[in-house]
Amino acid sequence: MRRKEQAAHLLFFLTACISIAAVALICFFLFANGIPAMRQIGLFNFLTGRVWRPSNDLYGLLPMIMGSLYVTAGAILLGVPLGVLTALYLAHFCSRQLYRYLKPLIDLLAGIPSVVYGFFGIVVLVPFVRQTFGGNGNSILTASLLLGIMILPTIIGISEAALRAVPVSYYEGSLALGASHERSVLFAILPAAKSGILAGVVLGVGRAIGETMAVMMVAGNQTRMPAGILAGIRTLTSNIAMEMGYATDLHREALIATAVVLFVFILIINLSFSLLKRRSAL
Amino acid sequence: MKHPARPFRLQHIRDRHDPLSLVIRLLVSLAALLTVGILLLLVGYILIKGIPHLRPSLFALHYNSENVSLLPALLNTLMIILLTLIIAVPLGIFSALYLSEYAGRSNRFVQWIRLATETLAGIPSIIYGLFGMLFFVTFLHWGYSLLAGACTLAIMILPLLMRTTEEALHSVPDAYREGSYALGAGRLRTIFNIVLPAAMPGILAGVILSIGRIVGESAALIYTAGTASQIANGLFSSGRTLSVHMYNISNEGLYLNQTYATAVVLLILVALVNWISHFVAGKLTKGS
Repeated sequence: MRRKEQAAHLLFFLTACISIAAVALICFFLFANGIPAMRQIGLFNFLTGRVWRPSNDLYGLLPMIMGSLYVTAGAILLGVPLGVLTALYLAHFCSRQLYRYLKPLIDLLAGIPSVVYGFFGIVVLVPFVRQTFGGNGNSILTASLLLGIMILPTIIGISEAALRAVPVSYYEGSLALGASHERSVLFAILPAAKSGILAGVVLGVGRAIGETMAVMMVAGNQTRMPAGILAGIRTLTSNIAMEMGYATDLHREALIATAVVLFVFILIINLSFSLLKRRSAL
Repeated sequence: MKHPARPFRLQHIRDRHDPLSLVIRLLVSLAALLTVGILLLLVGYILIKGIPHLRPSLFALHYNSENVSLLPALLNTLMIILLTLIIAVPLGIFSALYLSEYAGRSNRFVQWIRLATETLAGIPSIIYGLFGMLFFVTFLHWGYSLLAGACTLAIMILPLLMRTTEEALHSVPDAYREGSYALGAGRLRTIFNIVLPAAMPGILAGVILSIGRIVGESAALIYTAGTASQIANGLFSSGRTLSVHMYNISNEGLYLNQTYATAVVLLILVALVNWISHFVAGKLTKGS
């Protein structure tokens, strides 16, 4: 009996170690396969080179780094105001009955596969951008629009939780001073939920920078420096996904090195997310 | 879904003559309307374009370039789901059991586990795909295979499973455990006969959510499970899931109507998964 208990304890302990082992394995395989290429190309050349032409052994990642940053910034610019305002509506303006229908709808938005988003981007957003703003439609703007929509559920979910975590007394105090419901929500509750909302934004950045398929389907994927929001761009993620299928030797290792750069970005983002989350006690 | 408590709602304290209040109200309502509008546009557009093309021929047993049947991909998806869950669910539940029933709160090791799962939860799927390719496909010589895809996805959904299971375990009242111990049951028996059954709806809701993730995943699968268009005949044969299938046929650009139809099937699957998980999670809150 005792032995059985101990065996179970050990088993549960070992399975709990799996997530640590997984992180270690992922780090090991990425870095072991990516760093040699970085060394061969030269870290500085790799990160700041402006030309990516594997056929000539030119591996400059800067266009893709800039591409990821531009597209992510665009998504945040579009998605965050819309998401936070929607979260405000859900938490403090809509009726309980309406909430019962709205919440599952927002959850559905989170569950839609990214290829479906990407396809929607191809058939609706690309022509829309082409006709309204010019260019050929596969652009930073299109990718930002699509990503802005895709990060909405993340922003809304975390912002709503942060808004609901604000003590009622803040709201009541504001009311007692004569402020209306709307003013109290915007000027007392929203500032109090600031760091929680910021955590949501950081998580949204992580989602946007990591999104692959949908961006790949609408961003044009040219390996050039950003030349305006109506020009095409390639992101770090799509650089990997597009060329991994046929890459060999140094080209292949350069792609894995691309993933290392992406991974470092993500680690920084994760770290700041946990710091913010700890501060807001979500 | 947990219904959040809303302790206050004093809308009658509303100054109708304050223009700023009006603007704020208008702004948040517009934002909510826009969010819902985008969703309805997306879903509506795909349903309207896709449903007329849901023909029986799309569900033929074999895929070829004349008839881009989605049935093989659908069956592959089901196999990958099953395989991934077989690998990940025990791991997720056992890990969560360790964290919530065995490890002490001050255990330093627990912090490492939490840090690891948080990291796993933030890693983008293309990196999982690349890792799966390097480790399962190349290093372990599994080749592009269902097994490589499922193992990759299992790591990917592990954080989600652990978190939902832990939440479900936490929602089981301590009185259940104390009652069981008082009757002389051991820890293991208490867990398997009392705690786990009580937490089951929550765990199940997490499992169903993970199914949704698996159904929607594509970037992690292209270079692990591969893109073979036929039904996979074994753990070590390649097979594309429905999402990968949809990506491929939309990329080829020749099968627009079939792509719409595939999108409809995917949307229906996802909506179904969401609905079931809400339903199951609802049971949990009602039961306690």
